[in-house]
Amino acid sequence: MARTMAEKIWDDHVVRRAEGEPDLLFIDLHLLHEVTCPQAFDGLRKAGRRVRRTDLTIATEDHNTPTIDIDKPIADPVSRIQLETLRKNCAEFGVRLHPLGDIEQGVVHVIGPQLGLTQPGMTVVCGDSHTSTHGAFGALAFGIGTSQVEHVLATQTLPMSPFRTMAVTVEGELPPGVTAKDLILAVIARIGTGGGQGHVIEYRGPAIEKLSMEARMTVCNMSIEAGARAGMIAPDETTFAYLKDRPHAPKGADWDAAVAEWRTLRSDDATFDREVVIDASTLSPFVTWGTNPGQGAPLSGSVPDPAAFADPADRMAAEKALEYMGLTAGQPLREIAVDTVFLGSCTNGRIEDLRAAAAVLRGRSVADGVRMLVVPGSVRVALQAVEEGLDKVFTAAGAEWRHAGCSMCLGMNPDQLAPGERAASTSNRNFEGRQGKGGRTHLVSPQVAATTAVLGHLASPADLSEFPVTAGA
Amino acid sequence: MEAFTTHTGRVVPLRRSNVDTDQIIPAHWLKKVTRDGFEDGLFDAWRKDPEFVLNEPARQGATVLVAGADFGTGSSREHAVWALQNYGFKAVISPRFADIFRGNSLKNGLLTVMLPQETVERLWELTEADPTAEVTVDLVDRQVRAEGITADFDIDDNARWRLLEGLDDISLTLEHETDIAEYEARRPPYRPRTLPR
Repeated sequence: MARTMAEKIWDDHVVRRAEGEPDLLFIDLHLLHEVTCPQAFDGLRKAGRRVRRTDLTIATEDHNTPTIDIDKPIADPVSRIQLETLRKNCAEFGVRLHPLGDIEQGVVHVIGPQLGLTQPGMTVVCGDSHTSTHGAFGALAFGIGTSQVEHVLATQTLPMSPFRTMAVTVEGELPPGVTAKDLILAVIARIGTGGGQGHVIEYRGPAIEKLSMEARMTVCNMSIEAGARAGMIAPDETTFAYLKDRPHAPKGADWDAAVAEWRTLRSDDATFDREVVIDASTLSPFVTWGTNPGQGAPLSGSVPDPAAFADPADRMAAEKALEYMGLTAGQPLREIAVDTVFLGSCTNGRIEDLRAAAAVLRGRSVADGVRMLVVPGSVRVALQAVEEGLDKVFTAAGAEWRHAGCSMCLGMNPDQLAPGERAASTSNRNFEGRQGKGGRTHLVSPQVAATTAVLGHLASPADLSEFPVTAGA
Repeated sequence: MEAFTTHTGRVVPLRRSNVDTDQIIPAHWLKKVTRDGFEDGLFDAWRKDPEFVLNEPARQGATVLVAGADFGTGSSREHAVWALQNYGFKAVISPRFADIFRGNSLKNGLLTVMLPQETVERLWELTEADPTAEVTVDLVDRQVRAEGITADFDIDDNARWRLLEGLDDISLTLEHETDIAEYEARRPPYRPRTLPR
């Protein structure tokens, strides 16, 4: 029977299948960070259980870590205790940890691919909804809760009920200056925050095939914002070239065997439960105006009128969003002024994202009264940026060059918005208060973030005079 | 896990869709390393508004939350489930739940019930008009009952059984340890390991 890629990977990982029960799936890679596992380790301790496969488990510190003065003790005692708890648990249970200060430290979804631990055909889980990022490699990767973290630590398996399949086919070509972030924001606006519920999304089509691995990760990362269980893209030569010679990629004959398997993963001519087709050539820079990632519009447009929404729930949500965001219907999006620009996160904190923003900022300055934070996704990304001189571009423009971590994406560390402050952010969630109590977030691409920093209001590179617009990245 | 069979209680009608887990429990609460003590963080930002429904004196002691569609979207934080339970909620009713939130609820014995939008509207109207109105959420009969309202709901048999029995998933899985070991023996040798062999 013809199967989708997700179904093939699922079938390959069934440890046990029994009538009337969820399938028991084997998990190839379990990523941990400090926030969602302390209670899981506690559970193991209480039950006298061990970590079954420490060799398939890896931990890092990212959510609570400060992005300045990292050599000093962490000021917030509660954050400090959470990090110390992770260190203690990893030492006690024999789990590999990359703590703050380590060269491999960084946002969990940046370091997995960077180390070559994320590979096609694998099942990958983490107590973090943005685990969908790893689907960019043709892996079945999904976020789990703390009880499931404990379950995977103890058994290296998870009982999973079946999912439905959705294809998002992106035809044509992205116009110059339109990025993966614009694409995924447009997809979420189209299908809604609950549109992918119960589904695994496979992104495919010519516009997807042309994307780099970094851009594919941006797309898959935000699948959860459409409510999907996971997002994935079939592995191809781009994937193999990214993986080759990474520290944990297979070597020699193993590499050949692995690539042979990876080539079989692509979906057959199978039927998806749902299919959405997007014409890439119609897309343009996209930003959010509301308080969920589905509330977005082309940057060239205006804040919508809630009265224009047919569905009463959508209308009520739009009214509440405009009130929270301090916006009025009909206001052109380009006229929205910001206080802060955040470049970073598991969505857009990789080297290509920093390069794209630096290309805009080179020879320009961050507008007066605007603060711009640049937070690389990992120490390795930071080192690469320094090697290319990007850090100098950012600091010369007046942006703050920070240490790696999740930072202002969710403000668990001191990087937060003040009440009423407005940000253009390359992160993934514009929820009320997400970036700081009372803070207002507009989700944007790295290019839009950098241009917004320069002009002080939401803008894309096309709004700058003499900016060479390059093909979509 | 605490078993769930049937529960009757008063309602907090929450007329909002897309209630994300950042609203249910904001990130600064996630620094705690325990499963309890999250009740004061529940809907932290909204509770600052004295008019917020949870703050109404008549809603104190209510145990059933009735919310709009796409409840529990966003972050995978299980703390959202703990916060609802710590506060005293036993069940949440919504037209649609985010997958991870629903899974987390099941693991902790918080029942999530999906009912059509129009039934949710009727429950809102009933309980807004009369805060003392009680709703029964019956997992045995898969039915929600309130004055003038009887609504059947779907839940898959296995999930229902685990909730009714209050079963520990890890113990259930470890009964199949041999299957896990057999699978491990046949995994492709080139799959990555985080530690040296």
